[in-house]
Amino acid sequence: MANEALAGPPAAPPNGALQTLQNFWRFIVQQRTLSVALIALVMVVYFQFSKSVFLSLGNLQTLAAYTAATAIIAAGEVMLLICGEIDLSVGSVFAMAPFVMYYANQNGIPLLGGIILALLVSAAVGFINGFVSVYLKVPSLIATLGTQFLVSGATLIATNATPVITPDTFPKVTSFAQFFGNNPYSEIIWAVAIVLVMQVLLSLTPWGLRTVATGGNPLGASEVGIGTNRIKMVHFMVASALGGFAGILEAYRITSTDPLAGGTTIMFNAVAGAVIGGTALNGGSGTVVGALLGTIVLGILQDGITLIGINADYYYVVLGAAILAAMILNVRLQILRKAGR
Amino acid sequence: MTTLTTTDALRVTGIAKHFGPVTALRDINLHVGYGEVLGLVGDNGAGKSTLIKILTGFQPPDAGTIAINGVDVKLRSVEHARELGIETVYQDLALVNELSVYHNMFLKREVRIGPFLNNAVMRKQAREYLDQMGVRIPSVDVEVAKLSGGQRQAIAIARAVSSNAKILLLDEPLAAMGAKEGAQILDLIRRLKAQGVSVIMIGHNYAQVVEVCDRINLLQRGEITFDKPVGPNSMEEITDIIMQEYRASKFGPTPASA
Ligand SMILES: Nc1ncnc2c1ncn2[C@@H]1O[C@H](COP(=O)(O)OP(=O)(O)OP(=O)(O)O)[C@@H](O)[C@H]1O
Ligand SMILES: [Mg+2]
Repeated sequence: MANEALAGPPAAPPNGALQTLQNFWRFIVQQRTLSVALIALVMVVYFQFSKSVFLSLGNLQTLAAYTAATAIIAAGEVMLLICGEIDLSVGSVFAMAPFVMYYANQNGIPLLGGIILALLVSAAVGFINGFVSVYLKVPSLIATLGTQFLVSGATLIATNATPVITPDTFPKVTSFAQFFGNNPYSEIIWAVAIVLVMQVLLSLTPWGLRTVATGGNPLGASEVGIGTNRIKMVHFMVASALGGFAGILEAYRITSTDPLAGGTTIMFNAVAGAVIGGTALNGGSGTVVGALLGTIVLGILQDGITLIGINADYYYVVLGAAILAAMILNVRLQILRKAGR
Repeated sequence: MTTLTTTDALRVTGIAKHFGPVTALRDINLHVGYGEVLGLVGDNGAGKSTLIKILTGFQPPDAGTIAINGVDVKLRSVEHARELGIETVYQDLALVNELSVYHNMFLKREVRIGPFLNNAVMRKQAREYLDQMGVRIPSVDVEVAKLSGGQRQAIAIARAVSSNAKILLLDEPLAAMGAKEGAQILDLIRRLKAQGVSVIMIGHNYAQVVEVCDRINLLQRGEITFDKPVGPNSMEEITDIIMQEYRASKFGPTPASA
């Protein structure tokens, strides 16, 4: 069955069943966002039947918290993937940013100023990523692998590898802390808002159009006068800043700021979410909402597996299979595109 | 200050361009008058596309000057060249497969409402424009990837022409087109010429070049080696020069009698 579908439209005259199968396949490949949403729904139903606490308020909050930070990172990552780049260092910026805020605060800067400073420092890491990839022509896969180690090493040194209590969360949680992630709904609201803004930027503005052009045909885009370097630089900086912001939200939610937080785990989850949501890795296509749904699918999976009580390592097996399946679909979509179907 | 009248929409003097050890252009001098169609021919790798990319502000020349309407300009970017009325159809077409026909046509000069794309207007204008040009495509909403080579070329030409260019640079605009579509584009070039638009057209099909151009320049070894108005013998003249060069390179500088 899968083989027939993978072989693409056969030359032989299709019979009714085969036709249906092909249409179904084409639907899955083309209506990616909807398919991923359906998968999420099926998983919710399955886990709810297996373990009725799945849809309890407490578990949904856990799920939302898990998903939110990853989705925020994925939102930035998708834009980079669309313009043909990737950032492996977001996870380290995620851990670094709340410390920048913490130390700024220790030195008398108000917390809001600390957050702004942290976001600026995060964006500066993105600037370095962008500069090395775009102007020094080091592939971003390697350039950001470098900054990943660099930033996480520097964070560990600066903090003596010791967690601290997030400001404004002890002994009493302030409304400031509530607003920036401590309230159970705060983080998911931030995530949804960021995803919506990014999706609107991507699909409704000239900026989004030019981002797609930059990834889809880099030479052609610059030939029509699009500043592809500048576009990439901005996306590197935004992705990094979003990584830092997600780190701050998580620090407020957990109330402790841990130099070992985030890291490559959250980064790979975000990239996996983007890929499952239909973003091709070679640029030119992808959606932010798809990445959110992809991240939610991963969240449901991880949470559900924990709830049912089966060995959590199964999550990685399923995750691996899901990434492979998603990438095969992504590639199929591009082939269908090229074939003009 | 002297106000000099000029008959040249575009004049290029002493343009040179090197890519590392490769000399693409040595010393290019050429000019195009108002409403003139200049044919630019030459072998593969002669440097024609490189010259176009310089004239469109995409690459800076290593040396030489460019004058538009008699005024020396230093083209800073594609955007800058476009402001000066230069539009281009690149040999690679510069279309984005993932975007729709109408988004491609308005790329980098999108119609907006506030900060947002005005898709309705762009779609309508693209449709009207393509209909006018006689370009037949299923819908302006389809992704460019789904079009044929000739259709893609037509979209790229429509994009360049629809922006009211004063100087149009066409790098092999007819390469992938059928006879009928090619003839349509040649008609379009004549109409633009009548409106005073200056055109440089690159082509390997000399019959087409001779048919539409007023004058022909031949680019060889980084220089213009032939510059004559199109006449009844143009085809033979150019073919002769090119064959001469071919024989010279094959049998050595002195014509062999073997
Ligand atoms: N970006 C570049 N980097 C290095 N070399 C280049 C570059 N662009 C062009 N060249 C070289 O410059 C020379 C001229 O190339 P160009 O594309 O201008 O030729 P052309 O006349 O357009 O040929 P064709 O008829 O095949 O289109 C070639 O030797 C080519 O290899
Ligand atoms: Mg060329």
